[in-house]
Amino acid sequence: MADPVLDLRGLSKSFGALKATDDVSLTLYKGEIHALIGPNGAGKSTLMGLISGKTAPDAGQVMLNGADITTLSVARRARAGLGRSFQVSSLIPDYSALRNVMLALQARQGHSYRFLRPVNHDAPLRDGARALLARVGLAPRASVEAAMLSHGERRLLEIAVALALAPKCFLLDEPMAGLGAEGTARLVTFLRALKQEAPILLIEHDMDAVFQLADRISVLVYGRIIATGSAAEIRANPQVRAVYLGEETA
Amino acid sequence: MDNLRKEWLLNALLAGALFAVPLWAWMANEPFIITLATRIAILAIAAVGLNIALGLGGMVSFGHALYLGVGGYVAGIAAYHAFNGTTVMGLPGTNQMLPIWGVAMVVSGLVAGIVGALSLRTSGIFFIMITLAFAQMGFFFTLSWPAYGGEDGLPIFMRNQFPGLNTARPWELFLVAYGVLLVTLALFAMLRAARFGAALMAIRQNPDRAAAIGISPFGIKLVAFVLSGMITGLAGAMMADLTRFVSPAMMAWTMSGELIVIIILGGVGRLFGPVAGAAILVGFEVFFGGLTEHWKLWLGLVLLAVVLFARGGLIGLIAGRAQNG
Repeated sequence: MADPVLDLRGLSKSFGALKATDDVSLTLYKGEIHALIGPNGAGKSTLMGLISGKTAPDAGQVMLNGADITTLSVARRARAGLGRSFQVSSLIPDYSALRNVMLALQARQGHSYRFLRPVNHDAPLRDGARALLARVGLAPRASVEAAMLSHGERRLLEIAVALALAPKCFLLDEPMAGLGAEGTARLVTFLRALKQEAPILLIEHDMDAVFQLADRISVLVYGRIIATGSAAEIRANPQVRAVYLGEETA
Repeated sequence: MDNLRKEWLLNALLAGALFAVPLWAWMANEPFIITLATRIAILAIAAVGLNIALGLGGMVSFGHALYLGVGGYVAGIAAYHAFNGTTVMGLPGTNQMLPIWGVAMVVSGLVAGIVGALSLRTSGIFFIMITLAFAQMGFFFTLSWPAYGGEDGLPIFMRNQFPGLNTARPWELFLVAYGVLLVTLALFAMLRAARFGAALMAIRQNPDRAAAIGISPFGIKLVAFVLSGMITGLAGAMMADLTRFVSPAMMAWTMSGELIVIIILGGVGRLFGPVAGAAILVGFEVFFGGLTEHWKLWLGLVLLAVVLFARGGLIGLIAGRAQNG
């Protein structure tokens, strides 16, 4: 297979007696969408925290393009190329959509210790941000404060911010959450094109979207990955059906 | 009229009034009014400093009197040694404001760097308490420092000098303070509009998001805290020259509280919030202080009303919510 972009090796994390993440290994290859599914309480959020750097693992490594990023802070992982979106939209509420994207572009350039020039007169930053908003279809809402955007628009802005980081891989935490059928369909089309730019680790509850999109699927139950495979393999896997898909596909 | 233009108009009005009133007082030979205006300007400079940390960065420092005091003692100590012709740590004293301001800013910046590096690892009530604790350490240190007056404080017999002006004259001292106030306001506006300000205000609103796009909150906040302490330290040096006296009271926790009150009254994070707030505070002290010794009770009621009904302070009341583009 192609080169791994994101490589999780034996990640473990316990909170007291609870093994929230139990020896998880998972690889994200170039050009693919790898979906991570699991019932509520399976440890998806903890795993997300371990990958993004919010939580330190008890054991195991996180590798990005062959480099060990296990000990890096959240900000340094982001600069190393980890572009994450949040499960609950997490934007800068008082900033307009445009300023939210501009901030991400500024962060990617790594130039936040600039004290003189007004950021609003920074044409490359503005134009770059406008182009990204246009790409996700938010151009008409560029000057609206993030707090005033609709839920669906905020989900799109999350994606635009992640795009602005031009990451080596995307870490999308339930991007479809709360989107209507139409919004989900649009996002599915968008993500399918996006994976050519950088592979996507997709954590998602919407099973239809996952089976449409994912090249490979891993199933997380009680902190362990019980199966990894194509959509067809996962659907056919009896263990998965028993613990997870049983109720939904029956 | 849109809010942005209203705010600019209000700012111009405040800046104009703060100049026009003492100008009139100068012509009418009312030095007391000039001194009041000078006090407003200097308190406003101190609050501009705090406004960087508190207003832009959301760091509620309850210990900014420390930097005010550090600046004040730098001015006092320099003048003391210049007066006696002695040296301090191998350096001669000086009675020139410009080098005193430079030293005051460097020293308060260093102190802010140490305080910030230790306290910015916490947030919320812990941050408030740690900054308060550092300021109290400064307060009790100066209280028990007999070389420079201890609890009696340190008088400045001759006001320090500014090139080309006679600072012994109230009007000319006012011009110095007003000029420095305009410069610090310009610095604040520049900082806020620049990439640094964009990052700092984003961290205040959502530190997790800032980190997730690659901006380390700690570094940005620490730099902002140091700049904040430096400007408040500068104000301290000027305050010492205005009153020709430094004492531990400058570092008292009530002084830290007063700076926060100024910002809340004027408008948190607003460019002219410190000017409006300082004017309200000093105005209250003079007018109601003349009527009753319980004027702080009335100030407290006003503060309560602002916090309950006008979160944006005076500027917010007139010009609406802050515009971040």
